[in-house]
Formats: sequence, structure tokens, C-alpha cells
Amino acid sequence: MFAYLVKRVFQAIAVMFVISLIAFAIQGNLGDPLRELVGQSVSEEVRQQLRDDLGLNDSFITQYLRFAGNALQGDLGTSYFFKEPALDVIMKKLPATLELVLGATVIIIGLSIPLGVYTAIKPDAIVSRIIMGISIVGISIPVFLTAILMIFVFSVEYGWFPSFGRGDVVHVWGYWETNFATADGWMHIILPSIALASIMLPLFVRLIRAEMMEVLQSEYVKYAVAKGIKPWRIYFVHALKNTLLPVITVGGVQIGTMVAYTILTETVFQWPGMGFMFLEAVNRVDTPLIVAYLIVVGFIFVVTNTIVDLIYGLVNPTVNLARMGA
Amino acid sequence: MNTETVSPTMEPSRWSKIVNSNMAYSFRRNPVAVVSLIIFVLIAAAAILAPVIAPYDPYDPMQINIMNSEYPPAWIDGALPEFMLGTDDQGRDLWSTILYGTRLSLMIGICAVALQAFLGISIGLIAGYIGGRLDSLLMRMADIQLSFSTLMVAIIFLAVTQAMFGSELFNRYAVFFLIAVIGVAEWPQYARTVRATVLAEKKKEYVDSARVLGFGPGRIMVRHILPNSLSPIFVISTVQVANAIISEASLSFLGLGMPPSQPSLGSLISSGFDYIFSGSWWITVIPGVVLVILVLVINLLGDWMRDVLNPKLYKG
Amino acid sequence: MSLLSVRDLTVKFAMRDETVTALNGISFDLAKGERLGIVGESGAGKSITGFALMNLISRPGFVDRGEILFHDEDVVKMSDARLRELRGDKMAMIFQDPMVTLNPVLTIGQQMLETLMAHRKLSREEARQIAIVKLREVYIPSPEERLNQYPHELSGGMRQRIIIAIALLLDPELIIADEPTTALDVTIQADIMELLLELCQSNKVGLILITHDLGVVSQMTERTLVMYAGRIIEAGRTREIINDPQHPYTQGLINALPQQTLPGQKLRQIPGNMPSLTNIPPGCPFNPRCEYATDLCRTTLPEIIQYGEVRVACHEVERLHAEGARQEQDA
Repeated sequence: MFAYLVKRVFQAIAVMFVISLIAFAIQGNLGDPLRELVGQSVSEEVRQQLRDDLGLNDSFITQYLRFAGNALQGDLGTSYFFKEPALDVIMKKLPATLELVLGATVIIIGLSIPLGVYTAIKPDAIVSRIIMGISIVGISIPVFLTAILMIFVFSVEYGWFPSFGRGDVVHVWGYWETNFATADGWMHIILPSIALASIMLPLFVRLIRAEMMEVLQSEYVKYAVAKGIKPWRIYFVHALKNTLLPVITVGGVQIGTMVAYTILTETVFQWPGMGFMFLEAVNRVDTPLIVAYLIVVGFIFVVTNTIVDLIYGLVNPTVNLARMGA
Repeated sequence: MNTETVSPTMEPSRWSKIVNSNMAYSFRRNPVAVVSLIIFVLIAAAAILAPVIAPYDPYDPMQINIMNSEYPPAWIDGALPEFMLGTDDQGRDLWSTILYGTRLSLMIGICAVALQAFLGISIGLIAGYIGGRLDSLLMRMADIQLSFSTLMVAIIFLAVTQAMFGSELFNRYAVFFLIAVIGVAEWPQYARTVRATVLAEKKKEYVDSARVLGFGPGRIMVRHILPNSLSPIFVISTVQVANAIISEASLSFLGLGMPPSQPSLGSLISSGFDYIFSGSWWITVIPGVVLVILVLVINLLGDWMRDVLNPKLYKG
Repeated sequence: MSLLSVRDLTVKFAMRDETVTALNGISFDLAKGERLGIVGESGAGKSITGFALMNLISRPGFVDRGEILFHDEDVVKMSDARLRELRGDKMAMIFQDPMVTLNPVLTIGQQMLETLMAHRKLSREEARQIAIVKLREVYIPSPEERLNQYPHELSGGMRQRIIIAIALLLDPELIIADEPTTALDVTIQADIMELLLELCQSNKVGLILITHDLGVVSQMTERTLVMYAGRIIEAGRTREIINDPQHPYTQGLINALPQQTLPGQKLRQIPGNMPSLTNIPPGCPFNPRCEYATDLCRTTLPEIIQYGEVRVACHEVERLHAEGARQEQDA
């Protein structure tokens, strides 16, 4: 177990190293830090002097090591636009994004398992056919379009839900302000959460259904029937656990896609999270913020993937964590 | 159970055999597939013939009058009869712009998938046929590539490219950037499936006999192994085209794809989004509906095809 | 009184544009504690018979007609709830491949205890004690530890022993074993069969052993059914069938046994293959492979008739018998 953990952590560090290299390469090639500092009305001599002072004439390796050293201490540069440390800017935006992801995840997990299991158990029922019909429409609508159409229907036409922003948030701790403490906050987060979940939910319903149907055809399920086990136990103990194992793996892969969808959802709803911030930073060519976003997102991605792998190892008895470390 | 002796044994190696019997049969029996195919063919034909059908040319500044902007579709009060689906925010005829936009979306989707397929099939054939260290290296790369989300990689790549080149230069080559980034990011699916087929086929006798007869590896792969991977490749491609169209639309919506001056369906939806609050919903909603129908019929065809061909797809 | 009485059992599979008959008018009886072998090539319908006895045929297959009386109660017409009571309790089944029969994510203990607790009101501890006793009976070393292990930690032979133990958990009256050793290593096949025979004899359990191996049948069973293309073609006491087979197909099977062949001599295989169920020839289904086939055989399906000690479905059985007797005299 310990050896496996060490191996996974080592892999995670390797991925972070690659991400930091990419981020560093972007930083070196995107925009001109001098212009941001002093504008263009400075003589060439002073520029050279400044370049030396800033270390821009050092070798690539020296510059990278300085970059990585600073990054490890939490210094990802200063945003040109906000004139604040880039990491601080992101940390202020992070809770909004995490709450949105939480809302969507609750919707996805809460609905995909019962719907997937039901459609697998009763593939010919009318309800199942309707669910499958909706699900294929669901995977055919891009996230941003779902978001737009929901705004059009529920905000513009009926006025049931607000169309942008977080609404009333309550300060909890540090930079964390929550939507889940006021009715207005809840109203604001409902549409964005549904939009963010809109393409993944049908994807997972279909995945769980397909896996479950395959498992229900297996010998061990037939054997459980031959032993006189009750159907609910066969479905939820024998079949569901085997169904969810591959689903966990896919879930890990989907984390990155989820982050991409937050950019889309936040842009449509002008949700003040880090996805919306990233797109603004791109439009302003705010290089330190772009780089910081990349590193933070990479970090979240690596951490969650490692956790998903560990969960898989713990849930699946045929994976021997101790042996995999060797 | 011995049910396998009951079911008629199907030999999947001959593509033509499947087309003649099973596929055609199940196609006729499946109204959803028939309707989907008809709609897809109609949309594709309209897209290809856009320059012929479209009453206006959205790329021709002479035909665009900003004074004509935001006219509603013909069935709503205040419409101009010459603009059947109304006009967009720049005064372009929406019907013509949608035709050209569909053409662009479909073209980017298909080209990107062709690139994916080319890369993936080549890598899969090489990895499976040569095997050994090269194989494990390539498959390790596929694992890493798969663990990154295509859309995320595309967003970052395009964002940085745009910031680096400036939007004017970027817009000029946006089509190629989109095809490249969507095309390169998704090869592993093809590679794994093809590799699995190669490994399975390599063991069979005919490959040996082809080798004994002196056929080179290239010929063996193309003539003997590739036909056996056709059905999974077909199924993957259908789903991938749908996904590529969605990716392109999403990127264009974020302003990282096609510019408003050469609108794809995604950028058309994007440019209309600012106007739904002022009541000009059609600029967004009509291209949105076209996009959804296009993707939906492709997905429905993909679903049907997977049910019929039932290929062994590599599970990621 | 018979424990099990099967009458005219017919199972069909609804295929795309036709219905295929997989079992055709199967009838036989099994007395309490009796051991019956069902023999035939793969695809003859042996396994389907086994599954049908527990009403485990699932779509697209269905029981078309006939009855399966277990203690005079028709399994075919039973409610799901009644079937659940019966399965695993009075009637147990041993599947072909122990590597895929046990659920990979549940411990051996979970899979044994759930069976006991589905049928009896027992506390976990009582159920555990019974499970340990049964594991001992099948010679599993340190059974307490096995209960906490997952299937993948055990060998195939060990798993099949556990499956036999699960079959015995509730002291069934009938065990249906579907080729219980084909998936196992040759060296342990005999051990498993011996164990099964010993347990059936000592517990007075009826056994239906499905196999393609006549040698196994002769050691294990008292009576034998020979199946071909979904029909019974010969049935009777195992001793009679092995020593004096009447049907040309059964004769062929016995002649093909390695024990019947002298060293250096070629194995005598039956020429040709069994017809697929979608394409059964008219008349006697065996006629294309039969060296004694006449015009009658090619047009008319032979009824199964009592002939001496056995029941047999062959038009030419008398002629064959006469020829056989003449050959013996000549020798």
C-alpha cells in the first residue's frame, strides 16, 4: 500500500514537472514583461539594464529553476491586470468554481446511478426508452448551448431564475464564500449546475447502463440467480459494484473535461469563478494569470486523478495495492 | 450455456457481407436510423451546396447591410420577406449564414476526425505489428494523451496561440488550428482499437501465409489486417465526428475558434448570445437547433451502427 | 417415487427471423438419490437441459412446451418467488467454469452466507459455522481464512471445491453439474469428480451430470441419456449403454474413446460434425453421419422406443443388433 502510494505520488510529481515546463515555456513566449512594467517610452539601454536585473538574460535552466522555486513557494507571479499575486487572484475565484463543480457532481452521481441501473434492469420499459431517448439528445447538446437555452427559457422568457452571477453569498472562511447559505444563492447556482452536468449526466447514464447490462449477462450473476438470491441483492450487491469499477476509471478521465466545461458554463452565466477569469486573462494577455491558472488546474487534475486511482485500488479487491507498488 | 451454437455464426471479416445482409436488413427495420440518415444527408447536401442554395453570400461585404440587422424570421411581425429566418446582428441573412456555417462545422468535424483516424490507425498498426518496446512506448503515450481532456488541451493551446499571434493572424488560420488541435488530441482511441485487432489477427494463419508468400508488412497490414478493423473504426468515427463538431462549436463559442466574420455554427450562436436578452433570440436559437439536430442524427446513426456491428471497442 | 420427472420438454430460441428449437421433446425421470449422466457433443442441448431444469433459460430462449415436475410441482409454471425458494436450496447447480462463476468483488464468505441466509432464518454466526463445516467436507484447508478471501486469491480447483460446498450448503435433493471439470487442469479433474461422487453418495443427493466424456459418465452415474441435436437418442442404465450401445451415434462415441483404441491405432472419430440447430436435416438428425442410414432414415424421424434394456431412437436398431451379434459369433 505504502509503496503504491509512493509510486503514485512520484508519477504525480512527474506530471506536474511537465506541466510546469509547459507553463514556463508559455510565460517566456507570451507578451513582454518589460512593456507591462515600464511601457514603451524607455530607452534601449535602460531596457537592457532592466532585462539583466529581472534575470531575463539568464540561461534557460537558471530561469526555469527560478520559476519553479518561486512556484513551489506559492509565488506564481503578479497579475498584470489585477496588480495582485496571481495565486491570490485564483484562490479568490476558486471557491465559486468548486461550488459549481460540487453542484454538478451531486446531480451527476445522484441521478446517473439510479437511472443507469433502472434502464439496465428494465431495458424494454417505456420509462427506460424515454430516459435513453433524452440521454442521446442530452449528449448531442453542447454544454454552452444548454446553458444559453436555459437562460433563454427560464430567465428571459419565464423569469424564474437569475441569468448571471452568484447572487447573495455568505462568507465562510478565508476566501470561501458560499452559495448554499441563502435562497438567492441557491437560485443562482441551480441553472449553472444543471448546465455543467448536462452532458456528463447522460454520458454516465449510458455508461452505467451499458456496463450493468454486460455484468447482468455474466456467469456470476446467473450463478447468483441459481443460488436463489433476491433480485435487489443481485442488482445492488452483485452487479452494481462490478459495474461501478470501470465507471470510476472513466470518472477520473472526465475530471479534466469537467474543468473545461466550467470555463464554458462560467462564461455563459458570468459566474465569477476561475474559468471565467481564465478567459478574461486570455483576452487581456495577462500572462502570469494564464500561467498560474494552468499550474493550479494541473495540480487539481493530478491530485484528483491520484485520489481516483487510490479509490479504485481500494474498492477493487483484484487490484493488489501492495503488489502494484513493487 | 451453449447458446453460441444456436446463434448463426457471423464472420465479421468480410465487410461487403455485412453491408449486404445484416446492415441493410437492420437498417430497413429501424425507422430511427432511416430518418436520421435522411436528415443527415439533407443537412450534408445543403451544406455542400451552400453556395448554390444560399440566397446571399455572408462572406461578401457588398451584400451585407448593417441597417438590416436583427430582423426576425418571416413568421414573426416586423420581418422582411427576403430574409426567411431573419438576419443576425451584422445584417447577414441568417438562412444563408447558417448554410455556410453548417458547411464549415461539418468540414472541420470531418477533417479533424480524418486526421485522428489517420494518426490513430497508423500508430495502431505500427504498434501492433512491430510490438516490443515501441509498442509499449506508443501505448503509454496513448494512456497519457487520453488522461488529458481534449477540450481542455484545445482551450489552452488555442488561447496561447491566439495570445501569441494576435487575433488577426489567428483568425486567418483558425480553421487549420481547429482541425489540428481536435485532430491530434484524439488519436489514442483509434490506435488502441486497431492495435487490438492487429494483435488478434497477427496470430491467425493467413497473416503467416501472406508473409511466407513474400508480401511485405505494408501490404499485409493494409490488405489483410485493416479490413478486420473496419467496423470498430466506423463506429468510433461516427461518434468522433459528433464530438468534434461539439468541440469546434464550444471553442468557437469561447472566441477561440472561428471568428464572427467566417462564422461556424458555434461562433454564430456565440455572436447571437448577446442579443437574446434584447429579444433577438433567433440569432442564437436557430443555429443552435441546427447544431443539435446535426449532432443528434450523427449520434443516433452511431448508436444504431454500434448495435448492428457490435464491434469489440477498446474500453478506456 | 421419482424426484424429478421431465415430460416432453421443448425449448426454443427466438432468433432474428426464425425460431430455433434447441430442445425437442425431452422426457426422463430421476429417482431420489439417483445419478444421471447427460452425454453428447457440444451443441447437443445438454447444458440447455441443465439450465431448463432450474427454469434458468433467459431471453431469447423460452420453454415452448412440456413440464418439469420436481416433487410433482411444475418448475416451468412456478412463480418467481417459489423458484427462488427452490433454487440453491432443494436444487443446486454447479457451473462449468469456476474462474468466472464466483463474483470477483465479493468474498467467499459473503457468497456462502448470502446463500444460506436467503433460504434459512440464521444469524450470521450460525451461517458462518455451517459454511465452515461444508468447506471442511470438500477438503478446503483452513476454511476460516478462506471465508475472508476473494475468488482471485484461490486456484481454479479450489474455487470449484468451494462451488461444490456452496451447492451442498442447504442439503439439496438434486445437484445439476454442468461439465464441472472441463475448465480445470487435467490433473485435478479426477479429484473433483471423485469428491462429487463421494459427497452425492454419502448425502444421498440426486445428481445430473452433464458431460461430453463417456468415461466420466461410466464412473459416476447409474443411468445415462445420450443427446444429439436437441433430442434424446438413447437412454438407459449406464452399464448397458457403455457395454452394449444400440444407437450408431452412441457406438461411435464409445469407439472414439481412447481406451477403445489399441496403441498405434488411429482414434476412430465419427465423421462429420453435428448439424447446427438452424439447419437440422430431415429424418433422423444423425443420418448424414451414419454409415447405416437408409432412405427411411433420410425422410422419417425415428420415435424413441424401448429396445431390450434401453430406449433408443433408431429405425435400424434391429438390423444393427443382428449384425453385431453375427460379428461376435464370427470372432
